[in-house]
Amino acid sequence: MKFSKLLFVVGSAVLGIASQSSAQQLSGAGASFPAPLYQRWGVEYNKLHPGVQVNYQSVGSGAGVKNFTAGVVDFGASDAAMSDAEIAKVAKGVVMIPATAGEIVYAYNLPGVSGLNLSREAMAGIYLGTITKWNDPAIAKANPGAKLPALPIQVAFRSDGSGTTYVFTQHLSAISKDFNDKIGTDKSVTFPVGVGGKGNEGVTALVKQSPGTVGYVEYGYAKGNGLAMANLENKSGKFVSPTGEAGATTLANVKLPENLRVWPVDPEGAGDYPIASFTWLLLYKKYDDAAKLKALKDFVAYGLTTGQGFAEELGYIPLPDAVVEKAKAALATVE
Amino acid sequence: MRVGPDLFHLLCWVASAAAVATLGLIVYEIISGAWPAIQKFGFGFLASSSWVPNRADFGVFPFIIGTAVSSLIAILLAFPLGLAIAVFLSENFLPLPVRQVVRFVVEMLAAIPSVVYGLWGIFVVIPIIKLFGTWAVSVFCNTWTTPGIDGAPDTHRGIPVLETLFAPPAYGNSMLTASIVLALMILPTLTAISRNSLTAVPKTLREGAYALGATRWEAILGVILPTAAPGVVAATILALGRAMGETMAVAMLIGNSSRLSWSLLSPGGTLAGLLANQFAEAEGMQVNSLMFAALILVAITLFVNLIGEAVLRHTQHQTAGIR
Repeated sequence: MKFSKLLFVVGSAVLGIASQSSAQQLSGAGASFPAPLYQRWGVEYNKLHPGVQVNYQSVGSGAGVKNFTAGVVDFGASDAAMSDAEIAKVAKGVVMIPATAGEIVYAYNLPGVSGLNLSREAMAGIYLGTITKWNDPAIAKANPGAKLPALPIQVAFRSDGSGTTYVFTQHLSAISKDFNDKIGTDKSVTFPVGVGGKGNEGVTALVKQSPGTVGYVEYGYAKGNGLAMANLENKSGKFVSPTGEAGATTLANVKLPENLRVWPVDPEGAGDYPIASFTWLLLYKKYDDAAKLKALKDFVAYGLTTGQGFAEELGYIPLPDAVVEKAKAALATVE
Repeated sequence: MRVGPDLFHLLCWVASAAAVATLGLIVYEIISGAWPAIQKFGFGFLASSSWVPNRADFGVFPFIIGTAVSSLIAILLAFPLGLAIAVFLSENFLPLPVRQVVRFVVEMLAAIPSVVYGLWGIFVVIPIIKLFGTWAVSVFCNTWTTPGIDGAPDTHRGIPVLETLFAPPAYGNSMLTASIVLALMILPTLTAISRNSLTAVPKTLREGAYALGATRWEAILGVILPTAAPGVVAATILALGRAMGETMAVAMLIGNSSRLSWSLLSPGGTLAGLLANQFAEAEGMQVNSLMFAALILVAITLFVNLIGEAVLRHTQHQTAGIR
């Protein structure tokens, strides 16, 4: 642990020396899910402000929080925000800013079946290993008219710890008591069935390669790889397909608390896509370096406004306006 | 005048001491990181087969078994192939330039990055294994009936052993896939060291065998291979050590499941794969437990490598005596 931290410090020091001469460096580390978007922001922002270079390392939410707490980065990023206990460890204080959002989809590979509907019972049952065939009544009931094969369901899950798994298991735990009792919520859990793929790309490959496979991945990956995505039943009993609009509807209905840390665990609106989540940028409450503070605030403000424009094409959900306003207000408290 | 050599001497000392100190530091860091888990789980960690991060319940038995099984199958596959290549390269079946090309190509296999093996496994080996798996399941595990002697049909329930080893469902990401790719990855180690020990067999022994009227194959099987045997054993053990520590390709191919299964077509997990998968996002006791798993992996590979090294030394001693 200490050793890797040391390596990181030495690494950033070397990078810092190399480019300190002219540019203002902002270094961030954390969640891999929003990394493509943050890196895009960095590139685009640098075009507008050549004096500022943003270096975001996609090391994972957990490692991001660790680096942020240790103070070796200027900002962190996490899909799971930070718990109160974690925040208490940061002497400089923490401001959590929702920066973008994503949906998690059931991607499946079932030749001849499109627009599959999955009921809440089926969603949990597949990952509990109680629903093992594609023509199980629990699935067939929600898909009248579809020709479901008697194929065994091959389940794919994330073998690496991830915010995706966290959000996914959080939702299943909320909708199924069985799931909550037997599996529970965490960044890595142990499923009683299935094959583990490393990363979103690993699960995507598993689904893509084998007919009969279902796996949970970020919307962007499923869309980018042309995977079929199931329509999921939400709390009000409607089947909602994973689209940018459905995700935005979910997020717009969320009531943000003071610290902006909230999950739409089981959204209630009729048009809400059930599994969506924010991902957060982690800033300190106070920065000692005034120039750095100014650059950082400007960069984050850019991300919250112009930067949202890149969200859709990269497979993220742009933040609803109400959320952007609150995030901006939170950003203003950083000093 | 004495300053030069002494400085060099000192430099060498520092360099080698640094290498040893680094290993010491790594082991120290692992042990101190693992300490809370060692205190909490003790030896039960090795025997327990539940790895449930969100319940803070950790045990690595399935991963130890997975590490052992995947590397043993890899050795079983790579050993005959590697030994055959080594014999082929150390004998003059073909002109020297051709042999050198073959040798170069085999050793090139060692230069391919692990992640490339993983990708190759995903796109090439997995589809093949799936076809094979479906076939194996249909042949080994199906029940069929034959007319019995008394007229009533007899039901047969698959082929024993094979029916267990190739039990459905046939996954692509499985123990078998990982083992096959591992076998290819350790082939260069096995071949290179075996070849060295085969060429180190004294010429006099070879000539003696021919002088006594042995055919080429009698000489190879009766004299050369037995003389080189300890070296070949050492090569095998070193290759085993490499297979156990291999991370990326295995994590991409084995399916990373902590369920134990007799079936080679089922997903499994290895210690190295577990670390690669979970370390980045681990917190609290999970980090300690992963450190503990790392400690076990280090201990196993160190032990295997020590044995390999010892056998190798023993050979060199022996062949030196014959010369």
